[in-house]
Amino acid sequence: MSSNASNLLEEALGIGGGRTIGGRVVLVEDCVETSGAFVLHHLMKRVLSLESRGTLLLLALAHPFSHYDRILRKMGCNLSSQRESNRLHFLDMLRLEFPGQIDGETKEVGFQELFSKLQTAIEVISERGNNNGGITIMIDDISMLEIAAHGCLDQILDFLHYCITLTSEYGCALVILSHGDIYSSDEATGLLSSLEYLADIVVKTEPLATGLAADVHGQLTVLNRGSSQGQGYSMNKFRNFHFKLKENGAEYFYPGSIKT
Amino acid sequence: MAESVCRSLRDGSLEGEHAPALSISDTLDSPLGSHVFHHFFYSLASNIAASKSQARALVLVAYRRSPSFYLDLLKSRGVDPSLFDKKLLVLDCYSDPLGWKDRLLKSASGAQNPAKSLSSVFKSVKDISKLLSLILELGQGLVGHGKEKFAVAIDSVSDMLRHASLQLVARLISNLRSHDNISCIFWLIHSDLHEPRVSSALEYISTMTANLEPVIEPNDGQRRVSENLYNIEQNSYRGKLHVHLKRRNGRVKLHSEEVHVEQVGIKILAMSSENAIVNQSLLPKVQFNLQLSEKERDDRAKVVLPFEHQGNGETIQIYDGRRSLSEEQKDPHLKVPSITGKTSTDTSTGNGEIHYLRDSDDERPDSDEDPDDDLDI
Repeated sequence: MSSNASNLLEEALGIGGGRTIGGRVVLVEDCVETSGAFVLHHLMKRVLSLESRGTLLLLALAHPFSHYDRILRKMGCNLSSQRESNRLHFLDMLRLEFPGQIDGETKEVGFQELFSKLQTAIEVISERGNNNGGITIMIDDISMLEIAAHGCLDQILDFLHYCITLTSEYGCALVILSHGDIYSSDEATGLLSSLEYLADIVVKTEPLATGLAADVHGQLTVLNRGSSQGQGYSMNKFRNFHFKLKENGAEYFYPGSIKT
Repeated sequence: MAESVCRSLRDGSLEGEHAPALSISDTLDSPLGSHVFHHFFYSLASNIAASKSQARALVLVAYRRSPSFYLDLLKSRGVDPSLFDKKLLVLDCYSDPLGWKDRLLKSASGAQNPAKSLSSVFKSVKDISKLLSLILELGQGLVGHGKEKFAVAIDSVSDMLRHASLQLVARLISNLRSHDNISCIFWLIHSDLHEPRVSSALEYISTMTANLEPVIEPNDGQRRVSENLYNIEQNSYRGKLHVHLKRRNGRVKLHSEEVHVEQVGIKILAMSSENAIVNQSLLPKVQFNLQLSEKERDDRAKVVLPFEHQGNGETIQIYDGRRSLSEEQKDPHLKVPSITGKTSTDTSTGNGEIHYLRDSDDERPDSDEDPDDDLDI
């Protein structure tokens, strides 16, 4: 039942059955009560699975490799061996800091270097030619990038824009995790709104309106904006469903359809 | 009234006046701006391809999407790709806006970007004056330096404003509008990313604005998605389009329509009756009718106007005010297929009747509009 139920998320994202999220930008917006990290874990597993044979480029700003290794191992995916077989490129950015607090120029150079790392990695992968499953770039917490940049929004957006150009040039997917509740209403017009405009798919995780429950840990809202790229058109799709986190993954189900 | 916006973009500017400018704005509550932009872009491009417009060519300044995206968009809707190289150029501010990739290429050997012939990559978006001269250069390269005009489309002024101040962007747009070779200009802005003054400043330098608003207003108190599910779902595929058309004399016409996202592009409809019912129920109860009922509207449509040609078996020709009638008859697009097929022989023996031909975008006969409003004296 578990594998079947997982498809609710994948169906909403438009993956599975030969389709991928290649060329699209996915924004995962979570809040402090319900972390959206499990969506990233799900996508990691999906990208690295035998079925999709994709390559993952993880720009880790929030957690070290061992953290992901432990989680994904429980889900049945060995990150260490994936790393050795070059399917996973783990860019450890935990200590990322752009020197020169005032000097905007230095920060731009810093972001440019970060992007050049990404681009070279992608060029190497595509030259090697075993990326038939597509490349997925994952940024595990964009707010950490903000901290590293000392809150300089424009440069983060420039960096993201460059990441997005990779999606159209190489057909990569870009997955970004962001927090919805750490901005005041004025600040939210900056990064968060811009991100929502940039994203093709917005996944929001929220607690239940009725509060904590034992069987249901929260709800997911997926807004999949139609795209005219690739194989024909797809319409705007809007899905809302509940999820339950388990040791080895998450269960997704429509409200009221859980089997006890 | 989106139709009339398409028309005025097609018709372009009058001698000695600034080019018409359309500002499309949306917000996150109703994020259909790019769909509307694509709609107007496609409409103008197909008019240019069919040589129906004043503009002979189109320069698209692309910030948000890659040039190939726009070419695919036009191809998928059936615009002949062979016209692209002669009539459409994309100024690519998307691929490498700050020149980072360029610098990377210099340090490494680098791979060539495929299929960039239709676009030229602009690598320093912060330099607005260079951008202006480049747009003009590209346009004049397409139409020559003579009297032929071209149109300009900017797919995201919001991105432009991220790299340059409002003053510089406004100057760019008004410089473009006043240029002799520009037929019309339109752009998209995400108004909630900017202060309100930005939208106002851009509205001053536009002749038309198309604002998108959500069909169902979101409840401010309900920040969480879960409490707003229905509204968000509805707003994700339809929105209200408010079109303001500014006349020369300062008069503003406001039209509201509804935008529906369809499988291919968008459909612009009159306000749905669902909303009309809501509106009606919200109106205070009054003694007289403010609106016509469905039946009354039907009846009104059936009234035969004495001064209007009723078509009785002959072709109805809509005179669009631009070409002579004889030319129009050659044009198959403007002709409603005749029922008898023998109208030309019938009319040749006519006794010199005068038919009133209603202008295509004429006012309703009972409108309070000043009929001389449009006159150029």
